[in-house]
Amino acid sequence: MSGDYVPVGRLDDIPPLGGRCVKTPRGPVGVFRTEDDRVFAVDNRCPHRGGPLSEGIVHGAFVTCPLHNAVISLETGELAGPDVGRVATIPVRVVDGEIQIAIPAEIPRDPVPGAPAAALPKTAARRVAPKESV
Amino acid sequence: MTEKKRLVVIGNGMAPGRVLERLFEAAPDAYDVTIFNAEPRVNYDRIMLSPVLSGEKTYEDIIIHDDDWYAARGITLHQGKRITGIDRDAKRVTAEDGTAAHYDTLLIATGSNPFVIPVPGHDLEGVVTYRDLEDVEKMISAAKPGGRRAVVIGGGLLGLEAAAGLAMRGMRVTVIHLSETLMERQLDPAAGYLLEKAIATRGIEVITKANTEAISGDTHVTGVRLKDGREIPADMVVMAVGIRPSTGLAKEAGLDAGRGILVDDTLRTSDPDVFAVGECVEHRGTCYGLVAPLYEMAAVIADQLTGGTRTYQGSVTSTKLKVTGINLFSAGDFADGEDREDIVLRDAASGVYKRLVLKQNKVQGVVLYGDTADGAWYFQMLKDQADVADLRDTLIFGQAFAGASPLDPTAAVAALPADAEICGCNGVCKGQIEQAISEKKLSSIDEVRAHTKASASCGTCSGLVEQLLKLTLGDAYNPLAVQAMCGCTRLGHDDVRRLIKAKALKTIPAVMQELEWSTPNGCAKCRPALNYYLVADWPEEYEDDFQSRFINERAHANIQKDGTYSVVPRMWGGQTSAAELRAIADVVDKFEIPAVKVTGGQRIDMLGIRKEDLPAVWADLGKAGFVSGHAYAKGLRTVKTCVGTDWCRFGTQDSTGFGVRIEKFMWGSWTPAKVKMAVSGCPRNCAEATCKDVGVVCVDSGYEIHFAGAAGLDIKGTEVLTLVASEDDALEHIVALVQMYRETGHYLERIYKWAKRLGLDTVRAQIVDDPQGRKAYFDRFVVSQKFAQVDPWAERAKPEPTQGHVSEFRHFEPKPPSAPARTLEPAQ
Ligand code: SRM
Ligand SMILES: Cc1cc2nc3c(=O)[nH]c(=O)nc-3n(C[C@H](O)[C@H](O)[C@H](O)COP(=O)(O)OP(=O)(O)OC[C@H]3O[C@@H](n4cnc5c(N)ncnc54)[C@H](O)[C@@H]3O)c2cc1C
Ligand code: SF4
Ligand code: FES
Repeated sequence: MSGDYVPVGRLDDIPPLGGRCVKTPRGPVGVFRTEDDRVFAVDNRCPHRGGPLSEGIVHGAFVTCPLHNAVISLETGELAGPDVGRVATIPVRVVDGEIQIAIPAEIPRDPVPGAPAAALPKTAARRVAPKESV
Repeated sequence: MTEKKRLVVIGNGMAPGRVLERLFEAAPDAYDVTIFNAEPRVNYDRIMLSPVLSGEKTYEDIIIHDDDWYAARGITLHQGKRITGIDRDAKRVTAEDGTAAHYDTLLIATGSNPFVIPVPGHDLEGVVTYRDLEDVEKMISAAKPGGRRAVVIGGGLLGLEAAAGLAMRGMRVTVIHLSETLMERQLDPAAGYLLEKAIATRGIEVITKANTEAISGDTHVTGVRLKDGREIPADMVVMAVGIRPSTGLAKEAGLDAGRGILVDDTLRTSDPDVFAVGECVEHRGTCYGLVAPLYEMAAVIADQLTGGTRTYQGSVTSTKLKVTGINLFSAGDFADGEDREDIVLRDAASGVYKRLVLKQNKVQGVVLYGDTADGAWYFQMLKDQADVADLRDTLIFGQAFAGASPLDPTAAVAALPADAEICGCNGVCKGQIEQAISEKKLSSIDEVRAHTKASASCGTCSGLVEQLLKLTLGDAYNPLAVQAMCGCTRLGHDDVRRLIKAKALKTIPAVMQELEWSTPNGCAKCRPALNYYLVADWPEEYEDDFQSRFINERAHANIQKDGTYSVVPRMWGGQTSAAELRAIADVVDKFEIPAVKVTGGQRIDMLGIRKEDLPAVWADLGKAGFVSGHAYAKGLRTVKTCVGTDWCRFGTQDSTGFGVRIEKFMWGSWTPAKVKMAVSGCPRNCAEATCKDVGVVCVDSGYEIHFAGAAGLDIKGTEVLTLVASEDDALEHIVALVQMYRETGHYLERIYKWAKRLGLDTVRAQIVDDPQGRKAYFDRFVVSQKFAQVDPWAERAKPEPTQGHVSEFRHFEPKPPSAPARTLEPAQ
């Protein structure tokens, strides 16, 4: 079950198609704003190798991981395309221009924070695009 | 429905993996499959172990079949279970832990074992072979402390790949090789010599004609002693002297075996219910050690298992060395002989050597070093034993020159059989790709890559895949689709650039609207490209869209794998001073920066900085006069220089001064891909100007301007643009060249690729032969610099930076819950 909603920052502080990282006691959460002002929050670690998703490029309701370009659906947390894997989504709402997230009592996450990709579905760990990495 | 037959497989390497792929494609329900594998893992691409060793790939990258693959086919895979006995009467195999399985048909695919020379000390700790992931892990951990020494015994394919990988991991490596030249079984002495030189430039020592007498050490290796008395110190010894087919199990079961398990043309062993495939077999007197023959065998077995009649006739093999930066291809036989003729081409300057061995106008052998692009073409002629009489005169110049008009590459691909291997890394054949294209309606290389994995690893087969797209889609094939910028549009980069100008499109939404983008706001591929095109085309008007830039360009620092950043300030032309170094030292202390490194670009990198700290770091650096080094930018990076006439006894011009002048003139400009430059004071070229995007080599008579070099993913010497007499002239040429590139380059296309696409002569015609055009390019660059030359760090480190900038560097923090409020916008 999700816990109580807590305010984390203002909608205006995230540009449209932008993301920000919220440091919570349960680990970093990425908060994203789409072009049409929808707001999403997901566990801020890419299932591939833990890339900070809040630093990625947001397009539609997707974010592309800044490290090796995995594309993640902000709506479902699933990796898009042929890759497999997912990140936890976190309930979020905007109240009077203030973004609030419900830091869940239990976010399903890796056994150890920062656990290597080996602990994750193997197919998720495949998309590496060195030529386009920067 | 008939009962499924039971197929048991011993070994789960590349050969049986391929058999099963083919089998399940042809007859998904024919067999109930059980696999026993001694290695505790799924099927992975063994040939890609070298990139794992060197750090260019990870194990996850080279998995061929993951757990889901087996599950989807109902295959039982026993990982880490070695079969110790085959009872052919009971038709049963048993593993060392007692697990047993009955079979109707058995497939033995035990591969081979690395051969260990039984010299004294061969069993010491620290002696490793090179065969599987465990071996690679051992080597990586031995290389960890850094700066340690490794000796590789054996200068063949495996030995050299191991040596190169260990050197990339920071070890000091010596290769000991018995024969006179490296890879003597695949190369002739000339190519062996070039290879040895290339290996030596990687800092790897090669000792040929060296016979190992003993490995020294008490419990752990300390060195290798040669027969001539030399002793080479070592912390690790890699034995890569050859392989022996693994036949023990088959022999014990009473199957006929010579060097390998004997099989007939149907790949059955002496027991008709037992097949064998891969490196463990001997067919018509030959044992193979490469994957291509195994794949051919696999196709035959899959056919036989489903009642077909295909047979295996033996294979002709070719070899490529997978060491980044060394291009080498060899196939067939090139021993000298009475009736044999040689055609040889040497280009010493560019290190190219090509040799073809012909017999009665048929290709018998081919060795290519340096330029291997035509390897597949020659190899096909060799396999077909095609008569090359008509092509003979120009044969050595390759496919592009063959005959009067260039051969149509599509025709060549069309001629390939359906089971011809297109992607060697992922084992994808022509038929599979064609099927995927038509069934899944694929229309671009990216899509083929996503669905079939063809060309997803090393990428050398991308060209072939593109030909297949053309071939399969026929008239429906739209060349634009193949070169589309990304999945959001059917337009290619050139069209987008042309239309941005023609339709005066000045914002990203305008481009997407007018050019009918298929997604609401693009993707991570097209948005940065569009943002660049708009910045370059409308410097005075366009407002940079930071959300369309990669994080590095948004944060003006390089993101690291742990989410921290690195910061590289400019050191003009590689020059620094006590005051600058002191300022850097102070920043490092103050912000507890964990790592400081001198980069390959003549300046200093501070790594491991928290994003929140960046503005403060920049503020401090700014006080000492530093500006951003744009180490993260698709823009001007570094201008390396040498000491030139200021100090050097050979210097012909002020190379340092000119380098600094170029850097101060051009910094801050955005370009399609990064641009790196260098100025050397004389042809000794200490600033390495001849492998840069743009380089200058000073000579007595002036400035030799170079361009289109590369030293990253590809290595390529520069082309000479022209020689000019004065520094001012040189600057004008360089700036004009870069501006031309800025206006016509595709996003992420380095100058060498751009120049190749446009043609060197087109570039020379516009920059060298047309002074007015050159001046116009130069002037447009100057205009755009007015808007670009602002230090991004200073902007963001100001006491009151603009709103967007502040929040980029501030993490959100959860606050105590506020009083329950009215919900305005439930988001999900
Ligand atoms: C720091 C540095 C390595 C070092 O410790 O020396 C470096 C570090 C990186 N290089 Fe490099 N390169 C560095 C010099 C080079 C050089 C040597 C040179 O510049 O003379 C090359 C070969 C020359 C060339 O570019 O052709 C080089 C070829 C690459 C490439 C391959 C580019 C290519 O088109 O082939 C990449 C990948 C890319 O750009 O997509 C790359 C990418 C990277 C990235 C940005 C990887 C990434 O995607 O994050 C690394 C950033 C690390 C960081 O945060 O600082 N780096 N890189 C060097 C910085 C130089 C500087 O002062 O700015
Ligand atoms: C580092 C390296 C680089 C290479 N590079 C190239 C290259 O560039 N090009 C090329 O063409 N080839 C290359 N090769 C060779 C290529 O990898 C092999 O030809 C190919 O993998 C052989 O496939 P296989 O299925 O016959 O045997 P393997 O892939 O060796 O598989 C045999 C498997 O059987 C298992 N096994 C053995 N005995 C038993 C038993 N009793 N019970 C259960 N399991 C058992 C083993 O553990 C192993 O997993 C390279 C090889 C190496 C090691
Ligand atoms: S710094 Fe360059 S060479 Fe080193 S790991 Fe990163 S990209 Fe590769
Ligand atoms: S960490 Fe996200 S794609 Fe690699």
